[in-house]
Amino acid sequence: MTAAAASSTRVDAGPAPGLAARLWRDRRARTGVIVIAVFVVGAVAGPPLLGAAAPLHLADVLSGRFAAPLSRTPDGVWHLLGTDGFGRDELGRLLLGARISLAVGLLAALVATSVGIGAGAVAGYAGGAVDRAVVAATDAALAIPRVPFLLLLVALVEPGAAVTVLAIGATGWMGVARLVRGEVRAVRSRAFVEAARGLGAGPGRVLWRHVLPNALTSALVAAALGIGTAIMLEAGLSFLGLGVQPPTPSWGNMIAAGRDALMIAPWLSLAPAAAVALVVLGFSLVADALDAAIAGERAG
Amino acid sequence: MRAALLRRLAVAAVTVLLVVTATFAAVHLMPGDPVRLYLGPTASPAVVAATRHALGLDRPLPVQYLEWLERFVRGRWGESIAQQRPVARVLGDALGPTLVLVGGSLLLTYLGGILVGAYQAARRRSRADAALTGVTAVVYALPSYVVALGLVAVFAYGAALWHWPRALRLPAFGEAGLGADLLPPAARLADRLRHLVLPLTTLALVGIAGTARFVRGAMVEALRQPFVRAARARGLSGSRVLFGHALRNALVPVVTLLGLQLPALFSGVVFVEVIFAWPGMGRVAVQAVLARDYPVVMAVTAVFACLVVAGNLLADLLAALADPRRAAAAAAPADRDGGG
Repeated sequence: MTAAAASSTRVDAGPAPGLAARLWRDRRARTGVIVIAVFVVGAVAGPPLLGAAAPLHLADVLSGRFAAPLSRTPDGVWHLLGTDGFGRDELGRLLLGARISLAVGLLAALVATSVGIGAGAVAGYAGGAVDRAVVAATDAALAIPRVPFLLLLVALVEPGAAVTVLAIGATGWMGVARLVRGEVRAVRSRAFVEAARGLGAGPGRVLWRHVLPNALTSALVAAALGIGTAIMLEAGLSFLGLGVQPPTPSWGNMIAAGRDALMIAPWLSLAPAAAVALVVLGFSLVADALDAAIAGERAG
Repeated sequence: MRAALLRRLAVAAVTVLLVVTATFAAVHLMPGDPVRLYLGPTASPAVVAATRHALGLDRPLPVQYLEWLERFVRGRWGESIAQQRPVARVLGDALGPTLVLVGGSLLLTYLGGILVGAYQAARRRSRADAALTGVTAVVYALPSYVVALGLVAVFAYGAALWHWPRALRLPAFGEAGLGADLLPPAARLADRLRHLVLPLTTLALVGIAGTARFVRGAMVEALRQPFVRAARARGLSGSRVLFGHALRNALVPVVTLLGLQLPALFSGVVFVEVIFAWPGMGRVAVQAVLARDYPVVMAVTAVFACLVVAGNLLADLLAALADPRRAAAAAAPADRDGGG
């Protein structure tokens, strides 16, 4: 669901500019979107364009490894970010890693947001004992530090991208659940919901067609933040050797690989670390601006 | 006040029970088999069965669950599979170093965060405020492992490269240098403090940035309140209004922030301990995962969560002490379901 779609479904959205337009006027949002777009375009289009510097191409390891950034091999191949300990092009691996890291982050945030919307909607709409149970579970889950719990989840399975997505998704639903629960409680007694109920719509239909579309705006902020957090956690787990496994490049395992060479080639760790930081910052800027835009829309 | 406290204690107890249940469920409902993972693919079925029996994993799940609850309450968390010694002792050795990091960084976080946030609120909409808002937003978004590696690169790699004075070449590994035990007490203390600088700075930087953002918001909000205008009208000086009135009121939400900060801190400490080879609980947990030593990971997660719950209780208590209205509101029989 896009921001524009969410705002157009708000019943009392007046002639004020839509959320997307309001958002684009915010410099934070523009910066964030541009940063994210650069990485997405680089991830999609970058690896084929690099050609000769193909990251999976292993030439002469001993003479080609640890090349400095902005260096060129005798046969004229540029290594803009240098080469790693196996002589592989760091930029190429960074862009291939972007595919994995962005995909894992997006999917994990999707899992987390879906679980959160489900739990929050059921709790807020049902009320009573169901609500109390979900609230208690949410509070308990919030008390568990996320990284140690992720360690526990991946401790007993073979690490990999799919496990990473599920584990990060399963531990990130609480924020969204709280927001959606609050919104659903606010919306469920509004006149148009009563009307739908009066016309004979069942609870599932009322929740899905009438309550949820009007209760998701604030979850957008949590979802945007969640993508950044998920990318950060994927890189963190892979850094610890418990996420995406080499030779598949992910930003996290590239940071880990470069860490051994921190004293002779610090750019090998710092380049993927900077990539993680920039993308996380991008999503947090978008979330900040989204938060402000929604608050502005509410204020009128 | 007492009723509110009792209710908070009951909620905390339920939360701990759910947390301990979640750690049990995470291990026993996940598809992996700890015994097979630990023994490897070549183990004979007889050995697998014997190990499973020795670890009590062949009993029905409800029995194992009740036993885990009982053992957890009594502090007997079983044997570490990899280290062949009680989990409680493994964690006991690691708890101290972690608490040094966590306690130290909390102290710096609150001191620095309140100072920066209050300064920004006092000079709001100035150039310095805008610059600090930008800096704190960036630092807050940085993962702790990125900050840690950046600091290592600058103070270990960079300091040697740029010929910095020896005092600035900070150690990046362990909690004491080689042969530190042979040094006289003063030098030994100095050596330990030098080793503490980089890990502590990593955790504190991220914490300060987050707290400053929050304090600035709370202060700006407080400065808009009528009581601030009243204090100004009574002729109190600017700094007296700022610190005596606005900051005091802004601190109540800041104290409750502890409940959100502790889980994040215990997550960050895992990466910091691994990167700086700090012998604390986070590093123990990561090593235990790599060694498939699940009893240790279970206990670490549960202990961290209990510390978070205790921190939440403490924060609530402090907030109630600082703000009598909050205590009164919490004591009133709240209509939790009411409204819509």
